[in-house]
Amino acid sequence: MQSNQRGPQIAALSIVTLLVLWSALTFLISDKTLPSPMEVASAIATEWQSGELLFHLGATLLRVIAAFIIAMFIGSCIGILLGMDANVNRFVEPWLILLLNLPALVIIVLAYIWFGLNEAAAIGAVAINKIPNVVITLREGARSLDLAYAELARVYRFSWWKRLRHVVLPQLQPFFAAATRSGVSLIWKIVLVVELLGRSNGVGFQIYLYFQLFDVATILAYSFAFVAVMLLVEYLILQPIERRSTRWRASNARS
Amino acid sequence: MLDLNIVSRVFTAADGSRLEAVKNLQFQLKPHTFTCIVGPSGCGKTSTLRMILGLDTGFEGHINMGAEATVSAVFQEPRLLPWRTVEQNVRLALPKSKTNMLLDDLFEQLGLIPVRSFYPSELSLGLARRAAIARAFALAPELLILDEPFVSLDDYTAERLRKILLDVWQAHPTTALMVTHNIREAAELADTVLVFSERPASVLNTVTIDVPQKLRDDETIDNIVRQVRAAMSVTRTASV
Repeated sequence: MQSNQRGPQIAALSIVTLLVLWSALTFLISDKTLPSPMEVASAIATEWQSGELLFHLGATLLRVIAAFIIAMFIGSCIGILLGMDANVNRFVEPWLILLLNLPALVIIVLAYIWFGLNEAAAIGAVAINKIPNVVITLREGARSLDLAYAELARVYRFSWWKRLRHVVLPQLQPFFAAATRSGVSLIWKIVLVVELLGRSNGVGFQIYLYFQLFDVATILAYSFAFVAVMLLVEYLILQPIERRSTRWRASNARS
Repeated sequence: MLDLNIVSRVFTAADGSRLEAVKNLQFQLKPHTFTCIVGPSGCGKTSTLRMILGLDTGFEGHINMGAEATVSAVFQEPRLLPWRTVEQNVRLALPKSKTNMLLDDLFEQLGLIPVRSFYPSELSLGLARRAAIARAFALAPELLILDEPFVSLDDYTAERLRKILLDVWQAHPTTALMVTHNIREAAELADTVLVFSERPASVLNTVTIDVPQKLRDDETIDNIVRQVRAAMSVTRTASV
C-alpha cells in the first residue's frame, strides 16, 4: 500500500536523476553532439514557436492512427479466423512466418517502389509490418475462447452480432489490449522510418533533415516531443478505455 | 411436448476406443410437467440433455419438440457472462422483440432486485444460480432444461432455491426437465421421475407422482424418495 502511494514520487525522482546524470555528462564531455537538457528544451521551444513542431507531430500522429486502425482491423479479423479454423490456419501459417521475418525496411522500400512515394504506400507499408503481430495475438485469443459461453449463445439463439459483441469480443479484450500496446509503440517507430525514406513531412522527415545538419538538439527535441505525445495517448486514451472495458474485473478484485 | 427416441450415442476417444453413452433411450414429456432424471454418475444424463439442447448432434435417433419451440437451460455452473451485469445477462437471452420487457416481477420472485446491477463476480454462488434461473424463465420457454442447478450449494441454500424454483415454475408454467443426483430434490419438484440405467443410458423405470408439489409434506416426500430408491434398485434385466 505504502509503495503504491510513493509510486509517483519514485517516478519523479527517477526522471530528475536521469536529467542530473545527463547534465553532468554533457558538462564533463562538452561536445556539440551531446546537447544538454536545457539545449534540447530550447530547441523544442524554438520549433514550437515557429509552428514546425506541431505541424510535423500532427502529420506523424495521423499516419500512426491510420496505420494502427488498418492493422488492428485487418489483423484482428484474420487472427480470429485463424484461431477458429485450424485448416485455414495451416494454410496461412507459412505466409505469416514470411511476413513476420521480413524486415520492416524491405516492406517499406518495396511499397514505395511498387506503389510510388505516396501516402497510401507509406501507411500501407506500416500497417503490413504490424498486421502479423496482431494476427498472432488475436489468434491466441480466439483459441482460448471458452466453449461454455459458445454453448450458452447457441442454446439462447444469439444472433451472430450479439454473439460477437457480447460473447466473443469481451473474451478477446486482453488480447486486443496487448496488441494495442505493442502495436502503438511499434507503429510509431516504423512511421518514422517511412517518413525518413519517402515523405516530405513528419517527425521522421525532420529527424533526417537535422541529421544532415548534425543538429542533435533538434533531433532529440522532435524525438522527445513525439514520446510525450505517445505518453498522452497512453494516459488519456488507452488506459481509460482499458479501465472501462475491464470494470467487471475490478469488481472481481473488490469482492 | 417432447418425444425423444435415441437409438444410440457413441463417443470415440482419440485412441479409437468407443464408449456407448446412450442406447435405446425413449421418453415423452407432457406439456407443463416437471420431470426429473436420476441415475448413477456418468450414466449419460448430461449427454441426454446436451442432445436435447442441440449441443450434440452425433446421435442416432430423433428428438421432436416442434420446429419453433423455445428452449432455455440452466447449466451446472451459472454460466453468466462475467462482463455483463445480472440484468444485462438476463436481457441478452431475450429475443429482440422482448429486450425491453419488464423483469421486475421475475427479479422480485427470485430476490434479485438488489443485485440487478451487480456483476456476476460480486454475487454468491446461490445468487448467481438465481440469476441463471431468471435468465431461463425470462425467455418464457416451452421447454426448460436444468442440469443439476443446485449442485455444490449448501443444504440450506439448495432447499431455499428449490422452493423459489417451484414458485417461479408455477407462476410461469413450462415443461421442465431436470437432471439431479439428489433424490429428495426430485421428490420435491417432479411430477415424473425417470430412473436411468447404468451406462449406456436408457430408462430403467418411471415413477409418477400424483400429489401436487405444493401439497407434499415431509412424509409424502419421504414416501416418494423410498419409491424412487426402489425403482433405482431394479436391475436392467429385471426391468425388461
